[in-house]
Amino acid sequence: MTGAARTRSAVGVGRTRVPLRATYLGMLLLLYFPIALLFLFSVSQNSSLSFPIQGFTLDWYREVFEDASLLEAARNSLVVGFAAATLATLIGFAVSVAVIRFRFRGRAGLVGLAGLPLIVPFIVLGVSLFLLFIFVDIPRSLATIAIGHSVVAVPFATLILLARMVGLDPNLEDAAMDLGATYRTTLRRVVVPLMGPSILSAWLTCFIVSFDEVAIALFLAGGDPTFPIFLYGQLRFAQRLPVLIAMAVLLMIGTVTLTLIAFRLARRRT
Amino acid sequence: MLGRRGALRFLALPPYAWLGLFFVLPLILIIAISFRPETGPINFDDPWAPSLVQYQRVWETASYLRLLGISVLMALVVAGTATLLAYPIAYFLAFRARDRAVFYLVLLLIPFAASYLLKIMAWRLMLGQEGAINSFLQFIGLTAEPLDLLLYSRAAVIIALVYVWIPFAALPVYAAMQRIDRGHQEAAADLGAGPWSRFWRITVPLSLPGALAAFFMVFIPTVGEYVTPSLVGGTEGFMYGNLIQDFFTSAANWAQGSALSVIMLVVTLVLVVVALRVVNVRRLTT
Repeated sequence: MTGAARTRSAVGVGRTRVPLRATYLGMLLLLYFPIALLFLFSVSQNSSLSFPIQGFTLDWYREVFEDASLLEAARNSLVVGFAAATLATLIGFAVSVAVIRFRFRGRAGLVGLAGLPLIVPFIVLGVSLFLLFIFVDIPRSLATIAIGHSVVAVPFATLILLARMVGLDPNLEDAAMDLGATYRTTLRRVVVPLMGPSILSAWLTCFIVSFDEVAIALFLAGGDPTFPIFLYGQLRFAQRLPVLIAMAVLLMIGTVTLTLIAFRLARRRT
Repeated sequence: MLGRRGALRFLALPPYAWLGLFFVLPLILIIAISFRPETGPINFDDPWAPSLVQYQRVWETASYLRLLGISVLMALVVAGTATLLAYPIAYFLAFRARDRAVFYLVLLLIPFAASYLLKIMAWRLMLGQEGAINSFLQFIGLTAEPLDLLLYSRAAVIIALVYVWIPFAALPVYAAMQRIDRGHQEAAADLGAGPWSRFWRITVPLSLPGALAAFFMVFIPTVGEYVTPSLVGGTEGFMYGNLIQDFFTSAANWAQGSALSVIMLVVTLVLVVVALRVVNVRRLTT
């Protein structure tokens, strides 16, 4: 990109005088302000979220670790995210290998099917699965939430893995098979390692999609809430807010870290 | 090659099975249920004859149709505003940030990755009667009484959603801009086009597929929103999604809720197809 930029200035392409950097930084400021405000209240002594701030404390963070139901909800979210991300990544991987390496009837249909959950509003998918689980008499639980999340995460996994699979040299697989490997061994020993960073990036993306999702989860939850469901249910109790915000800030630090890792991994391949 | 054909079955069948079972089947089921006549909880063992009574009821209830129109309109406003605001962000990253593009992009990823509920909660805090904006205004003495127009309105829903979606909308636009061949701009400049003319006649058309992707990435989730309105919208900010939610929770009228869901699904799909036709993405991308 620097090369291109240099060439461009070399041929003397003029620019408009729109202050783009200032616009960008202004937008960032706007995006950070509400989050910063929450952070402020998570370390303030006020038990209601109002000014003036009376002093600073880490008590809310301490209370997070004394609140069993809060920790339980966070743990449930981890379990659901783990299961949904693993399922969606497996499906995305299978779709991308099948579509790039094989010609078969139903090939276009498979790509379409894997992308389609993206254009169905979450509430429609949520109530449809809610009816399905009642219809076949499966009690709602963390497993049903994970199933719902696996479906909405498939398009993300497929997009990330398809992009990588397109650039993978098929000769490497042919070579492995010429040397006597079965196709399954070739997938396991050649394709999966070569796609490693993309697979991890897809998994992390799916995990974050699931970890943050509440609209589908609300319809598919049994007795055990995920963290967003728990948060949603507790928001009306004003005195609980500081602890909830503290927990949300902690989890946010986790998801931001995961996003940055996924972003790095996705960039490395190019 | 024999091993490969066997592997195909092993690769293609599980995705077909999983998505068939948990994506296609539930959609078929909800369409079927929308033709049932019941007005309360459904016992699936009961015999029934297909009827259009649920759709007829929606058609006859002006407030449902009005709510659908309002929700589509709100989603158009939110998606349009978020895409417009994201456009200069993406433009800066793609064309001006240069060496520091990654640094600036990472700065954008942090609000992107922050939890959705947390962000909505932040707006509740800022807009509420005893919220940050009001208590701050009173603290500095600008107002004596809390302003109560801020929270629990349609505007609050729109503001909160635009805020949530801006970083999401920036990414597809940025990706499309990165793919633009810089040679086009140099060629246009050599032929005497000024910066604005190059922007409108090269950058905008070539980034349009990305902007369209961003628009729909925001529009589709927004048209079905029910969580954000229930947190910051109050009764005035009620959306079509809340109506569906009501029929599946407090009202327990599944057949009516199913018909409303199917209508929303059809409206969404029609809008996506029409938009793809109008913009003719294939002509733009090749």
